[in-house]
Amino acid sequence: MLEPKIAKALDKLSSKTAIKNTVYIVSIIIFFALILLPPILGIIIKWGSIEDVLNQPKLMSEAFNAIAASFAVAFFVSFIDVVAGVPMAWMITRGKSKWLSVLDTLSDIPFIVPTATLGYSLLLFWSEAGGLSSLFGASFVSPGWLLVILLHFTFSFPVVVRVMVGALLDYELEYEQAARTLGAAPLTADRTVTFPILKHSLIASFTLAFARSLSETGATMMVAGVFVHGPIFIKNHIGEAGTLVFVSAILIALSSIVFVTIRLLGPRLKMPVRKVWPVTERKLSSSTIASSRNGITLLVFFVIVLVPSLFVAVPAFEAIFTGVLPEALGRVGVWGDYWQSISLSYFVGIVVTLLNVVIGLPMAIIIARRKIGNGPSAVLDVLVNIPIIVPSVALGASLAIFWENFAFMPDVLLLIFAHLSITYPYFVRSMSAAVERIGMELEEAGRTLGAKPLGVFRTIIFPLTKYSMLSGAIMMFTRSVSETGATLVVSNLVTAPVLLVNWVENGVPTSTLGLGCGFLILFSFTILLVLRLVVKGRGSY
Amino acid sequence: MPDVRLVNVTKRYGKIVAVDGVNVHIYDKEYFSLLGPSGCGKTTLLRLIAGLVQPDEGEVYIGDRLVNDVPPEDRDIGFVFQTFALFPHMNSWDNVTYGPRVKGFDMKKAETIGHEVLDMVRLHERLDAYPNELSGGMMQRIAVARALAAGSKLLLLDEPLGQLDAKVRNELRYEIRRMTKDLELTAIHVTHDQAEAMAISDRIAVIKKGKILQVGTPKELYMTPKSVFIAHFIGESNFLEGYVSNLSRTGAIIELRGGIKVQARVPKNIEKGDRAVLAIRPETFVIEKGMKRIKNSILGIVERITFEGTNIRYEIRLRNEDSVVVVRPSLVEEWLKVGEKVTLSFSHENTHVFAYPEAGLREELTVE
Repeated sequence: MLEPKIAKALDKLSSKTAIKNTVYIVSIIIFFALILLPPILGIIIKWGSIEDVLNQPKLMSEAFNAIAASFAVAFFVSFIDVVAGVPMAWMITRGKSKWLSVLDTLSDIPFIVPTATLGYSLLLFWSEAGGLSSLFGASFVSPGWLLVILLHFTFSFPVVVRVMVGALLDYELEYEQAARTLGAAPLTADRTVTFPILKHSLIASFTLAFARSLSETGATMMVAGVFVHGPIFIKNHIGEAGTLVFVSAILIALSSIVFVTIRLLGPRLKMPVRKVWPVTERKLSSSTIASSRNGITLLVFFVIVLVPSLFVAVPAFEAIFTGVLPEALGRVGVWGDYWQSISLSYFVGIVVTLLNVVIGLPMAIIIARRKIGNGPSAVLDVLVNIPIIVPSVALGASLAIFWENFAFMPDVLLLIFAHLSITYPYFVRSMSAAVERIGMELEEAGRTLGAKPLGVFRTIIFPLTKYSMLSGAIMMFTRSVSETGATLVVSNLVTAPVLLVNWVENGVPTSTLGLGCGFLILFSFTILLVLRLVVKGRGSY
Repeated sequence: MPDVRLVNVTKRYGKIVAVDGVNVHIYDKEYFSLLGPSGCGKTTLLRLIAGLVQPDEGEVYIGDRLVNDVPPEDRDIGFVFQTFALFPHMNSWDNVTYGPRVKGFDMKKAETIGHEVLDMVRLHERLDAYPNELSGGMMQRIAVARALAAGSKLLLLDEPLGQLDAKVRNELRYEIRRMTKDLELTAIHVTHDQAEAMAISDRIAVIKKGKILQVGTPKELYMTPKSVFIAHFIGESNFLEGYVSNLSRTGAIIELRGGIKVQARVPKNIEKGDRAVLAIRPETFVIEKGMKRIKNSILGIVERITFEGTNIRYEIRLRNEDSVVVVRPSLVEEWLKVGEKVTLSFSHENTHVFAYPEAGLREELTVE
């Protein structure tokens, strides 16, 4: 009976204020020392080197063009994401068909498939000979800005769907029903009541899609052709400290401005709820229009999101029957590097996930329960989001500059630190939201019944938040495995997505590339399946 | 004019039958309550009338119009939700004028209606306030004003007072009734509070497990309950188990446990020798000190006394070990003491005799 004894001893320790405070303080120190400050300090240390760029007007203008391209793509794609994602979320939550649960799962596929794989899949579907182009006899969509937009739409669309499905499931349907009983047609009720109430979620989904688009590097490199946006520009200038600092600083500053503006102005945004067009809106609420909307939504989802995401399965299947599979399994030729890169990706993913759970959990509790007072806790709440809004390649560049001052730092540790920074907010956000949803009175009930603080966590908070913790952990893990931008700039180590980008650039045969992507998709599906089995029910994570 | 008729209406959720073959006619300008314990299906019934849920079987008529396939916005109703469902992003004025606006009234007419209903609920001074700036009572009044402003003659209220303090609840229930009567509306009010239903309704339907057990005026339900459950749920009753030992035109003799024989009203659908339940209201007992030989009486001992303000409540253990509750005006009579021997008597006119429930008395009286 050693375990209960240890648990009892730890419970007892947790009621000591000094111990509790030490845990909180350590988690705050780790956050500042490992997550928040290194990228900022990285830029500050090499600030002087930006003169190299300022003296080269051509380079500067190229940098500005790349940054402008990044923001233009992110704005446009996020807008389209919301327009297409909201009807999809609506259909998933409001529809009555049992197939909607399948649709809900399918909508997550681009989310969970590593983006580098997604990039190659889209390239095959839209551009290469085996895909749509075979119908037209020429490249249907050549690598370039249009393919970049299609790619960014594909991987950020599920972000909007996920956020909006959650919001619609939490929404009190009675507001909409009240509007209907007062005489509002369905469209009027949605426009004047439901969407204004869900304004925060709409803004949040836009913001997340925007951040996701701004950060993406690996897949974009595969489909960009001559198109250059911020992250690609940074990748092209690795080794030039001045250029890295210049572009990273501008990307970080601009994205911070955009997100602060959205945060400040978003809540004040007024939707036109007073003006009503009863006759027109009633016509637009007809079942024919609703069916057409659902049809278009499904068409967009299948043709632009799902099929292109999974198109890589075609060469992967071909590979199985052409002898590539035995080569792959026998580690022949390039496959030796492949399995090594896969091992590295999953090793880093697991380490990063475990570390983040340990250091992120106390932070989630500090934020959710305002443990260090209202003001400071709210400030921490804002600060933990910063790594989400900073493009990962910029984050990686500044981290690399900071950590290169520590000569003893092995590459793999640098990689882990970079992934730690990028994935930390995902876990802290989902856990703090989950803890906040648990009424304080449940904790108080536990305490009044004699449970120590750690006992309350073990017996009340953990059982009620374990699904959020699990889904947060899986999100971190998949994000880490997919990460390309920061990985490229912080170290010379080759993770799976970096290897796939290299393969595309080096013209590795389609069947080999397809199978390489296929394995990654297979692993991702397994993870998704486990997630679905553990967290039953649609939209619940 | 909006009378409401439900014909054989059934609604199922999976295996659960929420509303089970309900037939009821609610008259024009009537204040009608759907009364029953939690989970009995009364809210589902109201939502069926509003069109917020669709029946699996049966027909719903508003006036002469079959409305089964009519969406809520075209049923011309006003609905007050238990949670009020005031739109949080709109102030009181925008909430109240929402109905006239979405129905396409011109702005001038919408504003006139808005002012009228805000006057009616006496909240004109709070028209700029958002829901989170209002008290529970104010939110409730704005919710009623919003439903009235839609201009419908049929007002549906789903436990509209459920979230309010007892004092505010008592005041507002009369206010709602007054407004509906002034405006000559048909009102259907869902509640689990029998005192509330009795106080404000013209008629009440008592519902249990999706079925309407009895419809009647508050007085009818109280004076002539048709089942043990109604006698229990409307007001308060003592239930004593026994047999019908004799039956005549003028009355019945019920033999209670321990061989105690008492006179009671002639029961319906019950014969000599049948197992029966005798129901007696606590306030109909006459209680006297000491052991007395009085017609239709039972001896007992005072076990517990509770002072309730207006009334005093005695729990009496009868000589056959059954217990009954007796309620007497606290300021009129001399109080008894615990342990005191008493004689309880009652008129057979104040009794009700029911056949013993098939499921057992305890199950029949369950309100959950």
